[in-house]
Amino acid sequence: MDIVNTFATILARPDLWAGTLRFAAPLTLAALGGVISERSGVVNIAMEGMMLVGAFFAVLVGAATHDIVLATLASVLCGGLIATFHGVASIHLRANQIVSGMAINLFALGLTSFLMFRFYATSGTPSDIPALPDVNIPVINSIPFVGAVIGDLNSIVWVSILAVPVTWWFLFRTRIGLRIRAVGEHPRAADTLGVSVFRMRYLCVILSGLFSGLGGAYLALSVAHSFSDNMTSGAGFIALAAMIFGKWHPVGAFLACLLFGFGQSLGINLQGTGFPDQLVAATPYVLTVVALAGFVGRAVAPAADGVPYEVGE
Amino acid sequence: MTALVSPVVPETIPSATPYLQMRGITKAFGTLLANDHVDLTVRDREIHAVVGENGAGKTTLMNILYGLIHPDSGEIVIDGSPVRIRGPRDAIAVGIGMVHQHFQLVPVMTVAENVVLGQEPGGIVVDRRAAVRQVGELSERFGLVVDPTARVETLPVGVQQRVELLKILYRGSRLLVFDEPTAVLTPQETDELFEILRGLVAGGKTVILITHKLNEVMAISERVTVLRQGRNAGELETAKTSPAEIARAMVGREVLLRVERDEAHIGEERLRLDGLKANSDRQLPALDGIDLTIRSGEIVGIAGVSGNGQLELAEVIAGLRPVTDGHVFLGGEDVAHQTTAERRVHGLAYIPEDRQARGLVLPFDVKDNLILGSQSRPPFAQRGQRNSDAVDERAKELIQRYDIRPPDPEAPAQSLSGGNQQKVVVARELAENPKVLVAAEPARGLDVGATEFIHRQLIEQRDHGLAILLISSELDEIFSLSDSIAVIYRGHIVEVVPSAAADRERIGLLMAGGTIEGGTPSASQVAQAAAALANEPPGTPPVESAHQ
Repeated sequence: MDIVNTFATILARPDLWAGTLRFAAPLTLAALGGVISERSGVVNIAMEGMMLVGAFFAVLVGAATHDIVLATLASVLCGGLIATFHGVASIHLRANQIVSGMAINLFALGLTSFLMFRFYATSGTPSDIPALPDVNIPVINSIPFVGAVIGDLNSIVWVSILAVPVTWWFLFRTRIGLRIRAVGEHPRAADTLGVSVFRMRYLCVILSGLFSGLGGAYLALSVAHSFSDNMTSGAGFIALAAMIFGKWHPVGAFLACLLFGFGQSLGINLQGTGFPDQLVAATPYVLTVVALAGFVGRAVAPAADGVPYEVGE
Repeated sequence: MTALVSPVVPETIPSATPYLQMRGITKAFGTLLANDHVDLTVRDREIHAVVGENGAGKTTLMNILYGLIHPDSGEIVIDGSPVRIRGPRDAIAVGIGMVHQHFQLVPVMTVAENVVLGQEPGGIVVDRRAAVRQVGELSERFGLVVDPTARVETLPVGVQQRVELLKILYRGSRLLVFDEPTAVLTPQETDELFEILRGLVAGGKTVILITHKLNEVMAISERVTVLRQGRNAGELETAKTSPAEIARAMVGREVLLRVERDEAHIGEERLRLDGLKANSDRQLPALDGIDLTIRSGEIVGIAGVSGNGQLELAEVIAGLRPVTDGHVFLGGEDVAHQTTAERRVHGLAYIPEDRQARGLVLPFDVKDNLILGSQSRPPFAQRGQRNSDAVDERAKELIQRYDIRPPDPEAPAQSLSGGNQQKVVVARELAENPKVLVAAEPARGLDVGATEFIHRQLIEQRDHGLAILLISSELDEIFSLSDSIAVIYRGHIVEVVPSAAADRERIGLLMAGGTIEGGTPSASQVAQAAAALANEPPGTPPVESAHQ
């Protein structure tokens, strides 16, 4: 009875639900980037590294300029730059995309650790870095419960939510989206109709880097308000799982991110109740494994996902 | 060789200006000259066939025309003006459209999406309604029945080909190139395609048809350009030539269009199937009590519409599919429950239907493929170790005897042409002097020369006393090789007749399930049987027999 009561209380807390959205936001951004990249046929497991590099440069540029726009821009562009490396390796050089992605993750971890030591070895990151603004919505704020959940969320949380329909529209309604999906499913068919496979793939890989970079900026400039070694701690991989769980679809990936966000939020809200919160925090991942093992139906990747395209083959 | 380079031009009709001229096209891949100063002249509004054996350079020439491959030298002239084609985009711009042998369709997308891809109506957003409307109009105008909103993966192959055609018509192409369009089609679908082609030409289009099937050339083309080993080997008017003449130009020598064979010298019983039963992959009964005997020195052909148990029969005998009931006697011993290796020791050889998936290990080199199945027996293995000398010697011998090209024992099997891959399979299966050979579709996908070679080998082996079970979906192949014909229908052998006494009509009817048990065949069964019989247009020699 005790447990039921505890849970009922927690589920009634607005904090739980606001936390779900906050935790889901960086995952959603990275996962949407992953969806775009993989829909074009490039496997991207490097979201983790792209987020991490983004997070570091958000802090570095933020500390130097005290300008939130520049800091965010730096983060996004660094994500895109790292993604370009992945693009060159996997599109032009036809490298194994898993290996390239993993290399980028390891490189990102090493690079940020090194730079962290180089710049902030003794003191840690400065506290006077700018913060991403919250969006206070007065009307909604006055509504009980709802106001407490969505009345005062960070701007990036809203951006991540808006990015879901925008990504869907981009992939499934625009001309370029049609071409992207064609390239991801059957690159030769697209090529024979004059659609440039390389151009589409570069575009998508770089877009995924921009998305992940923004996710990194949010982690550093809002959630943690600092940078620490390996601060993404697997968020990029959780986003990867969400992308697969969501069957390479923007809405599916978003729902999966919400589930993971809920798990994290629930874990935090259970702290101090005596309930083993680690157990609860683990449930979304257990669910993913179960789901991917075939209980929710097979997840079908784009047909040419991970297959380098060779011209004139 | 040099004498053959100059094209044979029986009569030129000067009045018609050529719509397309390709002059002196040369393309080398490494040391291989895929195209060696090839010329191609296609007139406005004609159906022009480009024929040649596998590897003659047809597809290379067409890929150059479509910009997928860049020639080392040569020029392309369309409607009198030279053009530069650097990629498919340029080809489309000058009015060239190509229906590729392997369809270039995105399976998960709709017909309309596939057609408009790259030239979508609308602005930033695809105007999907306009796309569906335009594709619908197009399909109506050219009589290509297809639902624009259907997902491509749900459509039968013949309809998918129409989608390919719609793609190029949507781009306003005037010159339509078809690369082996009938390879994947049923006879009915082929007839429909030819109707469509005639309609297109009547509507002002020009068609290039790449093929190696001579009956198609005779049936539909107006002129023929023959390629051989990357060079021009003739330009002929269809009405003034014959399949034999085209075949001679393709192969470079006289081709036996009909297999020569002497009377069979039939000996003792070699393979006897007794009440044999087996299931299909879906665990449904596929063989329902097969009784059949094959003796030394004879070829027994299994005739049937595919899917009536032929595939399962071959696999059961080979030991790849479990027997649910009955016996397989190999030289008097029941091997029904023996492994494939044990059966091979008893003298069984097997040419599988799908040489690439089952006959060869494609990444392995030719010499290893040539000893597969015997690799753990002496002389190829001694004391558990591989004897490279014996392997090399065997490879050298077989490559020479079967004229496998390139004659390189180290070449990976996947680098060989289809005909040479099949030679490797046949050479290996016959190398250990088997007593019984199961040959499933031995000439499928092979060109005239390779087919002739394989057929000669089978006849030769039969004359040496081999018992051969021939399974083929080509009735002509069955008729030309078999000493007796067994008709299979729904897992039963419904009749066995000596081929000399066999009547095509009757065999066709039996294949469709007619007579016996008093049943009348359904309309679709008769249609299927008629299609199987209709491979050969009346009045032409049976060249096309084996290589459809």
